[in-house]
Amino acid sequence: MNATTIFRTCPSTGLKVHSSAEKLIKAHAVAAVVFLAVGGLFGLLVALTRWPTIHLLPADWFYLVLTGHGLDVLLVWIIFFEMAVLYFASAVLLNCRLATPLAAWIGFWMMLIGAAMTNVAVLQGDSSVMFTSYVPMKAAPHFYLGLLLFAVGALIGCFVFFGTLVIAKEEKTYEGSIPLVTFGALTAAIIAVFTIASGAIILLPTFLWSVGLISNIDTLTYKTVWWAMGHSSQQINVSAHVAIWYLIAAMLLGARTISEKVSRMAFLMYILFLQLASAHHLLVEPGISSEWKIFNTSYAMYLAVLGSMVHGMTIPGSIENAQRQRGFNNGLFQWLRKAPWGNPAFAGMFISLILFGFLGGISGVVMGTEQLNLIMHNTLYVPGHFHGTVVAGTTLAFMAVTYLLVPLIFRREIMFKKLAQIQPYLFGLGVAGISVFMMGAGTLGVSRRHWDITFADAIMGFDYPATAYLMLAANGISAVLASLGGIIYVFVVVSSVFFGRKIGANEKVMDIPAPAAVSHYGSATKISIPGTAVLVAVFFISFVLYYFVNWKYLSDVWPLR
Amino acid sequence: MAITPPTERIWWNLPIAKVELAWIIIAFVWGLIMFFMMVYWHGAGEQNLSNEAYRITPEQFAAKTNAMVEQYTVRDESGYAVVHPPAGSDVYLIARLWQWWPIIEMEKGQSYRVHLSSMDWQHGFSLQPINVNLSVHPGYEMVVTMTPDATGEFGIVCNEFCGIGHHLMVGKIYVVE
Repeated sequence: MNATTIFRTCPSTGLKVHSSAEKLIKAHAVAAVVFLAVGGLFGLLVALTRWPTIHLLPADWFYLVLTGHGLDVLLVWIIFFEMAVLYFASAVLLNCRLATPLAAWIGFWMMLIGAAMTNVAVLQGDSSVMFTSYVPMKAAPHFYLGLLLFAVGALIGCFVFFGTLVIAKEEKTYEGSIPLVTFGALTAAIIAVFTIASGAIILLPTFLWSVGLISNIDTLTYKTVWWAMGHSSQQINVSAHVAIWYLIAAMLLGARTISEKVSRMAFLMYILFLQLASAHHLLVEPGISSEWKIFNTSYAMYLAVLGSMVHGMTIPGSIENAQRQRGFNNGLFQWLRKAPWGNPAFAGMFISLILFGFLGGISGVVMGTEQLNLIMHNTLYVPGHFHGTVVAGTTLAFMAVTYLLVPLIFRREIMFKKLAQIQPYLFGLGVAGISVFMMGAGTLGVSRRHWDITFADAIMGFDYPATAYLMLAANGISAVLASLGGIIYVFVVVSSVFFGRKIGANEKVMDIPAPAAVSHYGSATKISIPGTAVLVAVFFISFVLYYFVNWKYLSDVWPLR
Repeated sequence: MAITPPTERIWWNLPIAKVELAWIIIAFVWGLIMFFMMVYWHGAGEQNLSNEAYRITPEQFAAKTNAMVEQYTVRDESGYAVVHPPAGSDVYLIARLWQWWPIIEMEKGQSYRVHLSSMDWQHGFSLQPINVNLSVHPGYEMVVTMTPDATGEFGIVCNEFCGIGHHLMVGKIYVVE
C-alpha cells in the first residue's frame, strides 16, 4: 500500500476513510449541487412560462432555458452526484484506498469544464436544440465538445471505481462478497460505460458535422444511438438510487435485505436488459419493425421491470422486517407509522420509493408499450413520466442521502434541522404534482417542449380543452412548491457544509443499528411482512387497472394500419 | 446489512422467502401478459402502425405532394390549398419549418394512405384532439392508413421541437360526411 495514503477511521461506522476519496466525494457533491441549483432555476422558469396566465419568458428564452434545464439537471447534477456515490460505495464501504486519485481528479475537471462549456454554448443563444439535440438541427460546436468532455470525464470516474474494486479485492479489505450497495453501484457503473460509449459514438460524428467535416448524419441513426445514451443513462440513475434506498434503510434502521440472492438478481436484470430502452423513443418512427419495437421496448419481456418490482418489495420488506424485530409489531402498519419520518434521510428515501413506483414506474411501462405510445409520444405525458422517475425518484433519493453525507463525509452538523425536516415532503409533494399534472395535460394532447398552447401567433390554431390550461396552471403551482423544496435543500446543505458545526474526529454522529436478523439458513422462509404485501398489492392493482384503461383510450382513436 | 458484505458467505444458496417468491412469479407473469398484449393487439386491435416506410429525398416527396395538390385542390384557405383526394387514395402531407402543407379533407369512414415526410428537420405529427402522435423525419417517408371515424375539424400540432417557430406549426385536417 502506498505509504502516503492517509486514512481516518469514522467514529460512527468504524469504516476507514481514504482522504483522497473523501476529497473527491466532496468535490463531486458540491459540483452536483451547484448544477442542481442552476438547472432547478431553469426548470422553474420553464414551468412559469407554461403556466398560461403567467407565460413568463419570450419564446427564444423559453427554448434556451428548457435546453439548459434538461442538460443541467438530467445530466450534470445526476452524473456528478453518481460519481460521488461510486467513490463512496467503493472506497468508503470497502475500507479501501481509491485507485489513482489523480485520474479521478482529471475526470472531475473534464466533467466540470465540459459542463461549463455546454452551459456557455446554451446561454450564448445559438444552441437551443434541447437536451436531445436531434440532427439536422445544429448547435454550436462547443455544445457537443462540452458534452464529449463531460462524458469522457465520467468514463474515467467509472474506471477509477472499477480499479478500486480490484484493489479492495487484492488487498483483502473486505470479507466475502461486496456489499449489496456496492453491487448496486457496480451495476450503475457498468451501465454507465455502455451509456457513455454510446454517447461518444454519436456525439463525436455530430461534433465533426457541426464543424463541417462530415456532411450528413442520418436522423434515425442519430436517434437510435443517442437514446442508447439518453435512456440508458436513466438506468444508471435507477441503479444508483435503488442502491441508495438500500443504503439509507440499512444505515438508519439496520434493515437487511430479505434475500441477497433476489436483490442481486434484480440488479443483474438491469445490467442485462435495461439498455434495450432506447426503443422507448422509437416506437412511432418510420422504418422500424414492430418485432424490434416489441422486444426492445419491453426489455425482453419486461425482465428489467421485474427487477424494479422486486426491489419495490424487498426494500420496504426489509424495513418492515427490521422494524418488527424492534418491537413495532402491531397490526399491518405500525412498523411504517413508527418509522423515523422526522429524519429527512428516511422521509426522502421512502417518498422517493413510493413516487418512483407509482408515478414514474407505472407510467413508464404504459408509455413504453408499442401501441399505447401512439397516444402519448412527445406529449407532456413524457416529461410527466420522467419527472416521476428522475426527479421524484433519483433526485429525491440523492437529496435524502445528502443528509447523511454531510455529517459523515463533510463532518459538519446539518443546520436548520426544522427546515431540513420538511424539505423532502415539500419537494416530494411538488414533484408529484408536476408529474401528475403534466401527464394529465399530455393525456389531453398538449405537446411537450411547446412555448404557447394558445397558438396565438399561428396562422391556423387549435383549441385545447380548458382542462389542459388548468393542468398547466396546477403544474406551475407544483413547480413553485418543488422549487421551494429545492431551494431549502440547497440552502440547508450549503450552509451546513460551510458554516455547520464541525464534528470532532472522535465524535459519533449516528448510531448504526445492529442489522436485523434474516436469511440465516432455514429462517428466511419464515419472514413475515404483511404490511409490505398489502402495499405491493395496492401497487399491482393500480398498475393493472391503469394499464388497461390506456388500452381503452387507444381503442377509441381513429383506426390506423 | 446492505452496506456490509453478506454475513453468510454462501448467500446464493439460501432459500428465498415465500412472499418474495410469490411476488417474483406474479411480476414475471404480469410481464408476459404485457408482452403478449402488444402481440395480440397487432392481430385484434385496430390501432397499429404499419411499418411501411421508404427512403426518399425532400425533392421527390415535394413533387408527389404537388402532383396531389394540383389534381385535388378544392378551395383555398388562408393561403393553404385544401385538397380532397378520393377515398382510399394516397395522401401526402409535408412537414417543414413551420407548417403542415396542405390542408387535407377526408371522408368519414373511408381509409386513406397518409404519407408523411419532412423537408428539413424532424417534426412531430400530433393529431388533435384525437391524440395520435407520429414522428416525421427528413429522408424517410412513412405511410399510415387512417380511417377517420368522426366528422369535424382536426388540428395537426408539431410536437417535435423544431426551432423558434415550433409553436406556430399547426396544420389542419377536415373530415366530412
